[in-house]
Amino acid sequence: MTEVCFNGVIVGTVKNAEEFSNNLKKLRRNNQLTNKLNVHYDKKADSLQVLTEAGRARRPLIIVENGKSKLNDELIEKLKSRALKWNDLVKLGVIEYLDAEEEEDSYIALNEKDLNEKHTHLEIINAGILGSQAGLAPFSNHNSTGRVMLAAKMITQGLGIYTTNFNLRIDSDVSIMHYPQKPVVDTMIYKNVKYDSHPIGQNVVIAIMTNEGYNMDDAIVLNKDSVGLGLFRSTFFKPYICEELRYSGEKDEITRLPDPDKGVSRLRGMEEDYAKLEDDGIIYPEAKIHPNSVLVGKVSPPRFLMGTEEFRMEMREKNDSSIACEREDGKVDSVILTETEDGNKFVNIRIRQARIPEIGDKFATRHGQKGVIGMLVPKKDMPFTSTGVYPDIIFSPHSIPSRMTVGQLIEIIGGKVGALGGRNVDGTIFSSESEKDLRTQLHELGFRENGSETLYDGKTGRMLNVRIFIGNVYYMRLKYMVSNKYHMRTRGPVQLLTRQPTEGRSKDGGLRLGEMEKDVLVAHGAALLLKERFDSDKEIMPVCSKCGMISYINYYRNKGVCSICGEDAPVTFIEMSYAFKLLLDELKSLCIYPKLNIKYKD
Amino acid sequence: MKIEESEKLLPKSVFDEMKAKIKEYKISSDKTISKITEETIKAYEKSLICPAESIGIISAQSIGEPGTQMTLNTKHFAGVSEMNVTQGLPRIIEIFGARKQSSTPSMKIYIKAPHNNNEKFIRQFSANILETLLKDLSKEINVDLINFRVEIVLDLNEMRNMNVSMEKILKQISLSKIKAEIKEEGDKIYFVSKNNEVNDLFKLKVQASEIFISGIKNITQVLPQKKISEFVILTAGSNLKKILIIPEVDIQRTITNDIFEISNVLGIEAARTAIIEEGMNVFNEQGLSIDVRHLMLMADVMTHDGIVKGIGRYGVSGQKSSVLARASFEVALKHLFSAAVHNEVDELKGVVENIMINQPIPVGTGAYKLKLKEVKKK
Repeated sequence: MTEVCFNGVIVGTVKNAEEFSNNLKKLRRNNQLTNKLNVHYDKKADSLQVLTEAGRARRPLIIVENGKSKLNDELIEKLKSRALKWNDLVKLGVIEYLDAEEEEDSYIALNEKDLNEKHTHLEIINAGILGSQAGLAPFSNHNSTGRVMLAAKMITQGLGIYTTNFNLRIDSDVSIMHYPQKPVVDTMIYKNVKYDSHPIGQNVVIAIMTNEGYNMDDAIVLNKDSVGLGLFRSTFFKPYICEELRYSGEKDEITRLPDPDKGVSRLRGMEEDYAKLEDDGIIYPEAKIHPNSVLVGKVSPPRFLMGTEEFRMEMREKNDSSIACEREDGKVDSVILTETEDGNKFVNIRIRQARIPEIGDKFATRHGQKGVIGMLVPKKDMPFTSTGVYPDIIFSPHSIPSRMTVGQLIEIIGGKVGALGGRNVDGTIFSSESEKDLRTQLHELGFRENGSETLYDGKTGRMLNVRIFIGNVYYMRLKYMVSNKYHMRTRGPVQLLTRQPTEGRSKDGGLRLGEMEKDVLVAHGAALLLKERFDSDKEIMPVCSKCGMISYINYYRNKGVCSICGEDAPVTFIEMSYAFKLLLDELKSLCIYPKLNIKYKD
Repeated sequence: MKIEESEKLLPKSVFDEMKAKIKEYKISSDKTISKITEETIKAYEKSLICPAESIGIISAQSIGEPGTQMTLNTKHFAGVSEMNVTQGLPRIIEIFGARKQSSTPSMKIYIKAPHNNNEKFIRQFSANILETLLKDLSKEINVDLINFRVEIVLDLNEMRNMNVSMEKILKQISLSKIKAEIKEEGDKIYFVSKNNEVNDLFKLKVQASEIFISGIKNITQVLPQKKISEFVILTAGSNLKKILIIPEVDIQRTITNDIFEISNVLGIEAARTAIIEEGMNVFNEQGLSIDVRHLMLMADVMTHDGIVKGIGRYGVSGQKSSVLARASFEVALKHLFSAAVHNEVDELKGVVENIMINQPIPVGTGAYKLKLKEVKKK
């Protein structure tokens, strides 16, 4: 007896599960059951799963019976004359949708000529085994699986025009590429998912060679003059928000210029940081901003109020709670004034930054070959071909053998043929133009059929002794850019509790010298260097040498006071970390008396 | 330099070895001997470690770095006639953590000369030391609910293999203090329960099947192996004390991988050697090489006060003299409270404490201070 589960709930048992599931499928194909139903018989667990739930990923396949595709010539003719439509094929039981579960029970042929008696389904098109992402990579049947998957992932990170109404939208951390191009080497998927109309990269000339070590280990060398002409240029948008919050008892935040003359304290920055604010306390569009510029001036009521002070309006000091931009330059792109659901004033400011490719920005081809810029070389120093073509990118040959991305090499030849012949080259998986054809065409166009050319050194003008593989390839600029990542600190903010530096780039934090790094200094015996590295929270504390507790100094009388031993206590100054002082305090709160025995160094 | 002069400059073992080698190679020229002595002293002095060198951390790093490359839980003898012994990181944790219960205790038993090539003897010996329980000799174990008894059907073939007679079984059953009436009938043994409770009957079944018949306790598996010139018996389970008593066993070479057992039977020095050997084995089997002196330091620390202590909260780290160092390691509150109760004083002489209070650490350049001489005014 086999358990039957409907949408994951046991509803009963059947004797012959396979017959039962075949009957269900038959009923579905005859439109007696909904075509959203899928069946899966799990022999190992001896259970039959019937699923009609929403949210399953399903894909269409041609039904095969007795080794013959149900989509016969007659139907194809009707489709060509537009007498039949897709939905009619589903209704006729020619095409059905399978989910991941039912696929387990199916035997799917890739090509019609492979069909045999055992097959249950046929792919509508053999490139259908790839999804819309992986399908965008050309010649991926020449690449290793891992690289195809990486490529599919990186295609989602490429910069392009992600939406055409980007000017009206406020999205966080998005980029727009200035001059995206349709790829010369494309696949069938491009037309079908309309990727042609919002491409994610540019066609560049690539030379596979080394360049003075600046493209080692997956780095790439970019032609500085190409960048100057607008290659891979993009714009980065970042929104800042500011809301006027309302607190109880007429204590509201107000967006205005925080003026120290009007009782506003704790200003966020210097005077010039507020310079671009207009009368309403909000920055104007197209204002040029620099790091720490204030975008919206805002004044808040003091956070902690004491007893009677609360009622004395004129005495109430105000805090500056302005919104300042982070450590970046740019321009104000748009200022939007609106209201929140609660009726509070709401300001939305979008910053725009031009992002010209710089050292450290990330690029990738459609073959999982990602890398960062190692150097921008002026055109005059780049190698060039006998026809005067300069490569835009110099790509390291060491990236090829271990990754086995042969597809990229074929794409380079295909790109060269397409660019010279003024046409698109089809690189759809399994049905692409053959490498042999591309090679003969390249030869006919007057180039060496293997794609290599003689190059001349840009600095010396001498001919290079080896022929360099050079051609056209589609490159994507990925969304990871150094300007969003780089971070340094000399001095900066500290945490309130421990007085140690804050953590993280966004808080201008310190770079942690961790446990293992500490061990290295100990092992090396560099005692004083180690002390210096860890004295970020160094403090000189007055300690009572009688009771061994932290005391304090009465500076009017210039005498030490100890809260236990009273005035005129014998106080000595001890250098310790603030964290240790905190530990002593915490021990006191645990009713432990941490007495410091003071002894002069002998 | 004359060889006698170097006696004060070298440790005794090095000096003796040098002397023996000079004798072995029949070196007589004074000039050569003098040169050898000088070179030996030079090499010895080079191998010394400077005072205030932080050898503990250097050892930790030298063991820890190859440790990151170790594969976890590899069982590369899968299925082959080899014992399954814990290896890699889990074994390292077992050794240095001084776990009382090793997950795969195992012995290597060597046999003395006349017998060590006698296959028949080895086979017999293996059968004799293998721990045999009643269930190992039985075909079936049944619970008879009607007569309130447990029925055990003996496997006569297995009995012959294991060299166990019926009398021996009955004798062992009588020794086992099992609370039941025993009846013997052909190849069947009945355990008749004395009270008529079903639960007790099932308990009786478990007790009966676990009755010890012959062999040596804890030796659950034996595997004789032909090495180049002799047989070696590998075992799963370890009982060093009982094995070493057997006269045919070569007590000098027979070894177990259970460090606590070695400590109990052979003493703490043997345990120290075992820690070093076992540690080196783990690294060598993974194809990693580390200097044996790092493990020697580790073993010294673990055994220096006569019992095997692990590296960790309940061992070496938990017994540091400094309160702050202990508190910074694990369970801070426990250490701080006990320190407060016992009025402990932290002398601030260790590394961890001084980092905590931001003072120079007393190793390396921080180990020495300038002492100022007071100059009296004339």
